[in-house]
Amino acid sequence: MAPSPHLVVVGGGPGGYAAAFYAADLGMQVTLVDREANPGGVCLFRGCIPSKALLHVAKVIGEAAHAPAWGITFGQPKIDVDKLRGYKNDVVTRLTGGLGQLSKQRKIAYVQGEAEFVSNRSIRVTPVDGKGDARTIDFTHAIIATGSRPATVPGLSMDDPRVMDSTTALDLPDVPGSLLVVGGGYIGLELGSVYAALGTKVTVVEMTAGLLPGADRDLVTILSRRLEKTLDTVLVNAKVVEMTEEKKGVRVRIEGADVADADKTRVFDRVLVSVGRRPNSNVPGLDKTQVKVSQRGFIEVDAARRTAEPNIYAIGDVVGEPMLAHKASHEARVAVEAIAGHKVAFEPQAIPAVVFTDPEVAWCGLTETEAKAQGRTVEIARFPWAALGRAQAIDRPDGMTKLVIDPKTERILGVGIVGTGAGDLISEGVLAVEMAALATDLKLSIHPHPTLSETIMEAAEVFFGQSTHVHRPKRK
Amino acid sequence: MAVEFKLPELGENIEKGDVVRVLVSAGDVLKQDQPVLELETDKATIEVPSTVEGTVTEVRVKAGDQVKPGQAVLLVDSNGAGAPAAEPSAEADAPAAAEADADASPETDEPADGGSGKAPARTAEVVDIAKGRSAARESAPAETRPPAASDEPPPADGAGAPAAPSVRRFARELGIDIGAVHGTGPGGRIGQGDVKAHAKTQLRSGGGAGAPVAAARLPDFSKWGEVESRPMSNIRRKTAEHLSVAWQAPHVTQHDRADVTDLEAFRAAQAKRVEAGGGKLTVTAILIRVAAEAIRRFPQFASSADMAHEAIIYKKYIHIGVAVDTPNGLLVPVVRDADRKTITEIAAELGTLSEKARARKLSLDEMSGGVFTVTNLGGIGGTLFTPIVNQPEVAILGVSRGATEPVWRDGQFVPRQMLPLSLSYDHRVIDGADAARFLRFIVGVLEEPMSMIL
Repeated sequence: MAPSPHLVVVGGGPGGYAAAFYAADLGMQVTLVDREANPGGVCLFRGCIPSKALLHVAKVIGEAAHAPAWGITFGQPKIDVDKLRGYKNDVVTRLTGGLGQLSKQRKIAYVQGEAEFVSNRSIRVTPVDGKGDARTIDFTHAIIATGSRPATVPGLSMDDPRVMDSTTALDLPDVPGSLLVVGGGYIGLELGSVYAALGTKVTVVEMTAGLLPGADRDLVTILSRRLEKTLDTVLVNAKVVEMTEEKKGVRVRIEGADVADADKTRVFDRVLVSVGRRPNSNVPGLDKTQVKVSQRGFIEVDAARRTAEPNIYAIGDVVGEPMLAHKASHEARVAVEAIAGHKVAFEPQAIPAVVFTDPEVAWCGLTETEAKAQGRTVEIARFPWAALGRAQAIDRPDGMTKLVIDPKTERILGVGIVGTGAGDLISEGVLAVEMAALATDLKLSIHPHPTLSETIMEAAEVFFGQSTHVHRPKRK
Repeated sequence: MAVEFKLPELGENIEKGDVVRVLVSAGDVLKQDQPVLELETDKATIEVPSTVEGTVTEVRVKAGDQVKPGQAVLLVDSNGAGAPAAEPSAEADAPAAAEADADASPETDEPADGGSGKAPARTAEVVDIAKGRSAARESAPAETRPPAASDEPPPADGAGAPAAPSVRRFARELGIDIGAVHGTGPGGRIGQGDVKAHAKTQLRSGGGAGAPVAAARLPDFSKWGEVESRPMSNIRRKTAEHLSVAWQAPHVTQHDRADVTDLEAFRAAQAKRVEAGGGKLTVTAILIRVAAEAIRRFPQFASSADMAHEAIIYKKYIHIGVAVDTPNGLLVPVVRDADRKTITEIAAELGTLSEKARARKLSLDEMSGGVFTVTNLGGIGGTLFTPIVNQPEVAILGVSRGATEPVWRDGQFVPRQMLPLSLSYDHRVIDGADAARFLRFIVGVLEEPMSMIL
């Protein structure tokens, strides 16, 4: 009989720690290796969690600013950046510390250090601080979960500390008077929104024709309307071509057909470069295994997340888009079950994407844009939030819920939502798509009143031309 | 210019064939419709006619090769041969179009494209016929996705198989491609039950996954003595698959005996006359005609159970199949419109069909479209047997050897020639009483032929 598997997980992010925990729960002997003192990865230390702590604060500031419309007037907010940073750091420490505890409770050997593959059967871990000796750990199976890092813009200098990436921006060094966000994707818009709420004049430069490339335009339009008020300038079809360090800031040259002359050269107190992320597939010693890396830098895996080296698996950002924590955690379970000998495959019908701006934008499954690109006939049912009681009660009618429906089977292929709390609402869409629900199923499921979730039921009613709160008879 | 002649679609059930003979060679001048290949498919040896004209420059197959529709078998130089350059594309498109038509209406017209000529039209017929058969093999899913290669996941675009994650996982554990499972839920949603049903169908028919029929583990027979394993012939394999499916219909066999003393006298007396018509006046020929008459009065005997649509399909034509024992196995040629033919005509046709069957020259056409089957083992012997209904038909009439028996008549035993008959029927669509009436009618006609036109 083969010895019980000894699993080594390289990388302690939401993919890596989920894999380690699950493997331990299944009775495997597990070693988890990460640079940090505790598991958590980018998600907890430098991504999802700290940004959400700050975005929550930004939302409170935004609501307070809007309160005079309801007859409540607060004074101007006084912002204590150190305390705010402290709150954010506390959240991170609490959560990562908790993960360390959970790791211990599961008797996982947590090793802090840099991992290097020695062969397809062992790794060497070197302490990060250079203290102590390197140790070699043999394994029967390994999971690579080394994640990703912020991408840089080639040709633009990054030495100046005023030029930040998402990691440094989350450290909240100060509240600059002006900030240029390079890249109108979700990271740029989320962090841009935080700084804007704190009082910074934020300019966003996006290379493509619109913000959030990939998301359906009708959803983005509703977000853009609000961003026009909170952000200073949004420049699309525009590109940063030069950055020079100056005493009073960073001088930036921006090119683009639609860019006004005044915006072509401006000095910003700080610049945030958020142009995407690159996979960390340059794991030391990977060449001593048969693991293959694609041209785009992703580790190649099969449906079970197995690399070309049969006992080594890879999950998360390092194996491909979308680079999202929840995708990594799901892949973690697939990989661990494959190692445990189950016949499994990573085959989601819907991976939800959420942009935590205000309002939030969320979607899952097939988007209208993708359907068009594929030449696939779909029907779209849209429900505008202005017609919903709860949305009016909270004074947030700036929302829309849409369903992408197969006209033949009436199956829900995709769901898109823009509006406050869209990120929480999208889960129902994921379930609908995964369960192959029909529009009728959503229509016939009673949704609690008065909640924003009713928009999903009402959108399904719109599909049949029978929405209670939207009179739009179906054309036949 | 050089064009490829690709093997046209041979019928929905036919995915491949073995080349028996190549009828042309390089340098030959090829005409439209000229036979180019002799192919052995599952049930028949067929000649493949050319759809292109020109000089053969290359023959890409040889006898013994296995070929598939769409495969290029010849390279033909069509220069100066009068064939338009557009020919190959017309040839390629026509069978597909014909197949689509065949779906809509069984009576497919010739494709409008006159240039494609006869070959695609013939293909259409084959497709149509094959359809009828395939429907029986399994309740073929209307919306079968092409089976995904290996276990690669479908793209995460929300358009995969309509099944919950738990169901998809269940299918994967059983080794079933979820994309091939027919969902019976609303909108074609696939439930765990659908996956189980699919698994059972696969085990039974050996279809789908290509697993051999009754792939049950066999003991090592060589432990007890010498053994030899011979590959199944195409006909044997197809028969095994087909009957395994056919057997799934709930069967009942009704037995009866007909007093054919007078009929035998008639048969002897008329033999010469029928022989002049080109055939032999056999019991089978008579029974085909009588059965056709019975079916006209009991139309449910020419029906098919369409469980997928919870319907019964009544066929308004009476084509009757005849089981023919050949050195290669069991074949069932079909006598078309048996109700509109005289016994003499049927006898002549039977002679030709049986001869073709033994020579393996039957076309698919000649073996398709039956609504009822007659199987006569009387030539060999035996008293009674229980034939299996040739699905998707719903009844089969078995005939055993007649014998002179004492029959109680008017207070005494008299010697009479009695013919044992066995009617097996699909109890889903035919009730026992109807079956008894049907068989009684046949017996009645055999005993009192005038009752047929009464």
